[in-house]
Amino acid sequence: MKIGIDIGSTTIKCVVLDDSGALVSQSYERHFSQITEKAAEMLRRIRQQYPQQSAVPLSITGSAGMGMATSCGIPFIQEVYATRLAANTYLPGTDVIIELGGEDAKILFLTGGTEVRMNGTCAGGTGAFIDQMATLMKLTPDEMNQLATQATQTYTIASRCGVFAKSDIQPLLNQGAQKTDVSRSIFFAVVNQTIAGLAQGRPIQGHVVYLGGPLTFLSELRRCFDETLHTTGLCPENSLYYAALGAALSSQDQVELDQAIDRLEHYHNKEQYASIPPLFRDTAEYEEFIARHQRDQVEYADPATYQGKAYLGIDSGSTTVKAAVVTQDGRILCSLYRPNNGNPVEIARQFLLDFYRDYPQIQIASSAATGYGEELIQNAFLADYGVVETVAHFTAAKRFMPDVDFIIDIGGQDIKCFKIRNGVIDNIFLNEACSSGCGSFLQTFANALGYSVEEFAQKGLLADAPVDLGSRCTVFMNSQVKQAQKDGASIENISAGLSISVVKNALYKVIRATSASELGQHIVVQGGTFLNDAVLRAFEQELQCQVVRPSVAGLMGAYGAALYSMKNQSGHSTLLGPQALAEMVHEVKTAQCGLCNNHCKLTINSFGGDRRFISGNRCERPVTRRAPGEAPDIYEYKLKLLRGFEQASRPGPYGKIGLPMGLNFYELLPFWHTFFTQLGFEVVLSPLSDRSLYLLGQGSIPSDTVCFPAKLMHGHVQTLIDSGVKTIFYPCMTYNLNENLGDNHYNCPVVAYYPEIIVGNLPAPKDVTLITDYVGLHRKKDFPQKMQQILAKYFTGITVQQVRQAMEAGSQAYHHYFDQVRQKGQQIIDEARAQGKPIIVLAGRPYHVDPEVNHGIDKLICACGAAVVSEDCISQHEEKFPTGVLNQWTYHARLYAAARYIANQPDMDLVQLVSFGCGLDAITTDEVREILEREGKIYTQIKIDEITNLGAVKIRLRSLFAALDGTEGSAEHGKTGI
Amino acid sequence: MAKLVYDKTGRLEFTKEMRREYTILVPNMAPIHFHILESVLRSHGYNAVLLQNEDSSVVENGLKYVHNDTCYPALLVIGQMISAIKSGNYDPDRTALMITQTGGGCRASNYIHLLRKALHKAGYDKVPVISLNVSGLEKNSGFKLTLPLIRQAMAALVYGDMLMLLSNQVKPYETEPGRAMALVEEWSRRLVADFSKGNGYGKKEIAQNLQKIASDFNDIPVQMVPKVKVGVVGEIYVKYSRLGNNNLEELLAQEGCEVMIPGILNFVMYSMEVNLDDIALYGGSKAKAALVRRMMAYLCSIEKAMIDAVKQYPRFQAPSPFYHTKSLAKGIIGYGCKMGEGWLLTAEMAELIDAGYGNIICTQPFGCLPNHIVGKGMIRKLKEVYPISNIVPIDYDPSATSVNQENRIKLMLAIARENLQAGSPRPATAQPIPQVAPSKAKAAMEPIPSSGGGHGTF
Repeated sequence: MKIGIDIGSTTIKCVVLDDSGALVSQSYERHFSQITEKAAEMLRRIRQQYPQQSAVPLSITGSAGMGMATSCGIPFIQEVYATRLAANTYLPGTDVIIELGGEDAKILFLTGGTEVRMNGTCAGGTGAFIDQMATLMKLTPDEMNQLATQATQTYTIASRCGVFAKSDIQPLLNQGAQKTDVSRSIFFAVVNQTIAGLAQGRPIQGHVVYLGGPLTFLSELRRCFDETLHTTGLCPENSLYYAALGAALSSQDQVELDQAIDRLEHYHNKEQYASIPPLFRDTAEYEEFIARHQRDQVEYADPATYQGKAYLGIDSGSTTVKAAVVTQDGRILCSLYRPNNGNPVEIARQFLLDFYRDYPQIQIASSAATGYGEELIQNAFLADYGVVETVAHFTAAKRFMPDVDFIIDIGGQDIKCFKIRNGVIDNIFLNEACSSGCGSFLQTFANALGYSVEEFAQKGLLADAPVDLGSRCTVFMNSQVKQAQKDGASIENISAGLSISVVKNALYKVIRATSASELGQHIVVQGGTFLNDAVLRAFEQELQCQVVRPSVAGLMGAYGAALYSMKNQSGHSTLLGPQALAEMVHEVKTAQCGLCNNHCKLTINSFGGDRRFISGNRCERPVTRRAPGEAPDIYEYKLKLLRGFEQASRPGPYGKIGLPMGLNFYELLPFWHTFFTQLGFEVVLSPLSDRSLYLLGQGSIPSDTVCFPAKLMHGHVQTLIDSGVKTIFYPCMTYNLNENLGDNHYNCPVVAYYPEIIVGNLPAPKDVTLITDYVGLHRKKDFPQKMQQILAKYFTGITVQQVRQAMEAGSQAYHHYFDQVRQKGQQIIDEARAQGKPIIVLAGRPYHVDPEVNHGIDKLICACGAAVVSEDCISQHEEKFPTGVLNQWTYHARLYAAARYIANQPDMDLVQLVSFGCGLDAITTDEVREILEREGKIYTQIKIDEITNLGAVKIRLRSLFAALDGTEGSAEHGKTGI
Repeated sequence: MAKLVYDKTGRLEFTKEMRREYTILVPNMAPIHFHILESVLRSHGYNAVLLQNEDSSVVENGLKYVHNDTCYPALLVIGQMISAIKSGNYDPDRTALMITQTGGGCRASNYIHLLRKALHKAGYDKVPVISLNVSGLEKNSGFKLTLPLIRQAMAALVYGDMLMLLSNQVKPYETEPGRAMALVEEWSRRLVADFSKGNGYGKKEIAQNLQKIASDFNDIPVQMVPKVKVGVVGEIYVKYSRLGNNNLEELLAQEGCEVMIPGILNFVMYSMEVNLDDIALYGGSKAKAALVRRMMAYLCSIEKAMIDAVKQYPRFQAPSPFYHTKSLAKGIIGYGCKMGEGWLLTAEMAELIDAGYGNIICTQPFGCLPNHIVGKGMIRKLKEVYPISNIVPIDYDPSATSVNQENRIKLMLAIARENLQAGSPRPATAQPIPQVAPSKAKAAMEPIPSSGGGHGTF
């Protein structure tokens, strides 16, 4: 007899094999972090079942069993290794195993050179991720699986990590996307994550086997894998137990079972977790704190007796719907704070219906919607105004503290902070998609541990030694919390630790502040998360200051919207009355827009009659049915110029040469295209990036944390190969051209050397030549000779003289391109000035021109009524100047120059596009911000990745425009409102 | 008290006056090497102190004062320094900081600026920061890299490499645990004493000392049993610093492995050599090339002294000469790849595999840009050339949990042990790149034999 125990992050599995190696019993249970107890319990049952066996070969496997096994004197075997052992024994002939666990994803290649791969520290796309998404949709994973069978379409959901995916899914749900479609989309996201993260260029083919919980229980997930891999994988019997089976098979040494049980039961982790000072020294301090905060009450009025006008504000947030009806003097008559359950419209409708029914004497004189679901709500109920969140919150905060100069709002999904100067919003900080350690984060943990979020927070208040959890993303936090549990931390101390971590995340990651004085003198905190006393206390403690928390902290958006609608009331409200509301039919349909090549996935909400609301669109065409006119948009212009080079390609004696259109080709194309055309090549460009092009290349990406523009290169090169081009030119370039704006003129390491990745990881057919030599365009004098040597390796008969001439022509084309861009930029600026339009410098990298990379943010800005130029349209106006950082990258030098230039241009503002994972931008963003803020300019940063949802970006941009307008939120100034 | 002097860009200088009055705090990247380096600085009249604080406030201060997306080494080094000043052990008005500045295309060249920003945020604007660089990036009147200082520093690195190399090869096998580390300490003491007298860095002395070190290590009684041999490469800070790599050396020792960590001298030589590569690839000054060649010749000569000393004893595995290591990168990665550890990292992996250390941990800060290319990006290619290579990349950052890292390392070690047991031959030379055809074998996929009903669950 042999025993194997597999202790994973959420479950514990145990198997018993008889002497012939046949499975005689197995069990599978959740362990709720009671690891040693559960393991001991399982062993005791086996002991009872087989009383004659007192010593048996026994092994433990699984990440959660790691330290414990050794301390208890039980042999340990790594779980992937164990799985392989079991597969080789029970499933001979298997080529590839895909195993998903609670927090791990693994691929094992068994034939043709054994390789085992595990996800790195970024652990999206695992069981925990599916659980999280299911929770978000108020479904069980099984229900999700059921729904997925009925899906009719798939949305693109970021597959990198749970937090990303969440910010994709939530808006989809808020906009009314069907849960059936979303469910299936989530499964596909898992598939993509697994393949992009783990295949690393190795094709998954042959006999594929699926193991682990999610793949065992979710048939649709298996189907999604099958579909993507073009195969039919097998989910064998006992697919949950392979690691445990491997552990059993590997067992050799006899273990005294009674002794092992005893040791497990008496196992005390010697590890101590790191703790931080408690939130309160004693109850007295706590009571003083509570008393102080009770002062900030909002007044209520009795709706039953109130007569007269009232104002409605609805805040449709990412996870909750909030509504407030207020009197003319700002007292609250009635309010709502509910989870949106994925359907905010119905909840708000019910609220309004009840209100109309119960208080017919009250007349709603004006109304406004705000939040993520602002447009949906405004359209559904014909609310009078849509108001951007920041403005709504500021309006509400002023009510409590007229001289407020800093507002921080931590909601379910996002953190918003703004500084107020001279009565207007002056600077805005919003969290990036990646660091959303916010309310839903606390909620997820509370629920996972079996508490409501209120109970959970309450527990932490008087914790004696809160766990030091740092400030990290949800996925990492999961394993950190488990670790703390193992180390003996109580629920109380974990709760307090999590609250403190939320605060640290907001302060150090989002705001990047180190002291209260940096924020302001009069700080108002709000948002549902601050209703949590532990979070509030942690915030005051961390900043060593006292802040005001309005009693309606969670309602501030709705309250502010109501006040806003009051201030801007027109005398006659458009809001649906009781009858119309009762008759309202709400239907949701999805469709694909066919009006241009973007093929946006549209979600169409119809509300009866011809009233409908379309979302998911990147431009106004599906709404207006008109082709958009030419927008003042340099991004579009640049793209057109670059793609125009295709027309100049012509057949030549050297045949076709392919150029992948990504990264630095976005700027050097005029040079290389002209260069090769002149030398007698027919230049072929890879097509514009799109989703399918990305997916085509994702299997060969070796490092899943590299930036998205780099990942796209795999798709571009693959497309060129597939199109039959036999020679592809993609040179390594340490140096860019020197524009004399910085101390050096490097490319970033990824741009410089990505060709090495392509040639090393993308399986190209033998007859395809990838030219990835190192090229120095920065030394014009040496270039002809050096380049001739490179070309001579692949082609015969090209002379130095020819290379020189081609180089001259290329340079000319390159400079001509820049002249055109700058002229056009100037024209856009001049016209905008003539029309009094704000000018936005959308600053980033040349490759941000790629629409798949910028997600149409340029168009979004134009739709806001602004003109868009890029950093390289204006950087030439500046000379080199001293910076607070080493100014050594060509592209980045332009950013600093552009920031400095616009500091003196009152009608220009800068929005910086930052690709997720761009390490250099950790440095440039701070510097650009400093340059701008020195001159009193607002700095806006937008992080972009695969993410396609523009909701958060829209809020950020609109907040910026609201701040630029200097409005306190009055509608007359809304010239830039969307 | 020293006057504060600013240069024309507004940077606070480290003056001659400060040299007399100030304590210079130096981050601790590699304990053995930097301990000796500290004494070199001291013997040149700098009151250098090697930072030893490694408590949780280091990361905390790093997170607080450095952009959280910046690489982990910057966060740690800056956190360590600020935490030290805050501790009250050093007078902020009489303390300076020293940090290296490489000047390459990686963001590491910006650490010094991030440090200054952090100091500003923390309210320590008066603390001068000294850039340690050989590229002429920043200069200070109170700190000069003189030729003797450079030569002594090089000697310190060679000694450090030697002590690290031999102790790693003896420690796992010594019959009396602790002997090897005691010897490291004894030699460190002797070398520090030598340096303070101005000795120990002449070419001849170096050679003699290295010979003695090798002989001393050879005298430690050992019992040679087969052990899993693990090589460690990576971003330079997390590769050497236990603060950076969660005490990787200890973990591997617990797992009963022998560890090989390629030395720092390699990195110094690489940093020189890339200048020649640049000139070869793109053209450039012949005079500069000649100067670099002379320095390389000097470095090669002390490298040779070390290799010769080790090679006297066949039981020791000597490092391969720098230019041989470099040659191993050929066909795998281009020599123009020179940001961060550049091609050297890939070449070191090849060298390790060649030397029998095919089980490799590639350490890198989470999101390290050069490592996307030269580390993770080259594993597939190395696997093609060296099919038995067993490489695991491990990310380090404040968010990564040690359990996660350990689990991945254990997976690598499980395969390593299997290879060890199978007696996998040391590949003397690289294999030709195999074209693996997917197996078309139609073996039956039998479900697990189950012994019938009744036992489905307990």
